[in-house]
Amino acid sequence: MTRTGPERGTGGRQASRWLDPRGRHLGTWAFLANRLTGLGLVAYLYLHLVILSTLLRGPEAWDGLVRLFRNPVFLAFDVLLVLGLAFHGFNGLRVALVGSGLLVDRHKALLAAAGILVGLVSLVAAVRIFFG
Amino acid sequence: MSTPRTVLLKVFRSTPAGHGPRYDEFRVPVGPRTTVLDALLAARRDQDPSLAVRHSCLHGSCGTCGMRVNGREVLACLTRLDGLGDPVVVEPLAGLSVMGDLVVDMEGVYGRVEPAGRPLVRASEGARPELEELERFEDCLECGLCLSACPVAGDPRFLGPAALAAAERVLEEPRGADPKAVLGLVDDAHGAWRCHAAFECSAVCPAGVDPGGAIMRLRRRLLADRLPRLVGRYHREARP
Repeated sequence: MTRTGPERGTGGRQASRWLDPRGRHLGTWAFLANRLTGLGLVAYLYLHLVILSTLLRGPEAWDGLVRLFRNPVFLAFDVLLVLGLAFHGFNGLRVALVGSGLLVDRHKALLAAAGILVGLVSLVAAVRIFFG
Repeated sequence: MSTPRTVLLKVFRSTPAGHGPRYDEFRVPVGPRTTVLDALLAARRDQDPSLAVRHSCLHGSCGTCGMRVNGREVLACLTRLDGLGDPVVVEPLAGLSVMGDLVVDMEGVYGRVEPAGRPLVRASEGARPELEELERFEDCLECGLCLSACPVAGDPRFLGPAALAAAERVLEEPRGADPKAVLGLVDDAHGAWRCHAAFECSAVCPAGVDPGGAIMRLRRRLLADRLPRLVGRYHREARP
């Protein structure tokens, strides 16, 4: 009888393999963040459709919801959404380039550039969302 | 005389008979040059002769003492214990069947690399001068660290970094091998296209092979082969 080792094992243990942070380098964190932001954006899309369905209940229901979303907690979620979107987009571009065999030797620099762009976009978004 | 410094090793234990998995603790003396392998062999000699550890050359050439130390894939013979903290957690490589304690079944590595046509040519034999860059896959120790570190290699259908890097090396310099067969092997959802460009394989490789880079070069080669065919088909189908 053979067994698999602890964590990051075979088959069904794939998820725990992703989530074991010990000894991992930046590339795995980027890989993990890309997956999580991807899942988050899909979840947001459905949530967005559910929220839009409030329009069916008339203007008053919609206006009440808009007032609720002006709460700073929800505005912070908006910033988080922009951050996730920017990361998924810019890192996705990096993965597409490197994954096609282009700029392979520069993959770390591309990740750093993606990180800077994500930071800038999120900062501008946060200023506009909270103070715009 | 001062008491020698010691470190607590927490070692993964599992036997083919079904005992474990569990973590056993061994307190071992540590000097400035003590390696993880030194400490494990001392624990086996002085505390538990049943501890299964595989090793051979003791100097990073054979690749048989690959394991995870504090979660990171290393060759135990090259990894100094000093500076790793206390306790130090020692576990077998991930993604491979554990035969006993820290010993994994390397068939999971060899079985993947073999179909890629392992390049067995020694560095001393040189390479063709027209090659863009001399990057010898022959440096690969087949230690399995890359496979363990890869975030997607838990799926046994994935060829894995070592095999894909071997394939890229064969394509770069076939030396009698059939490039079409190798391309057919790697041009698959569980071949070169399964990689997610995390580059963990390259980060942990103890021999300086860059499997991540090799996989991306492999993809460039596959795309260069595929794109003209796709464009040609599009034009043919678009014609009235």
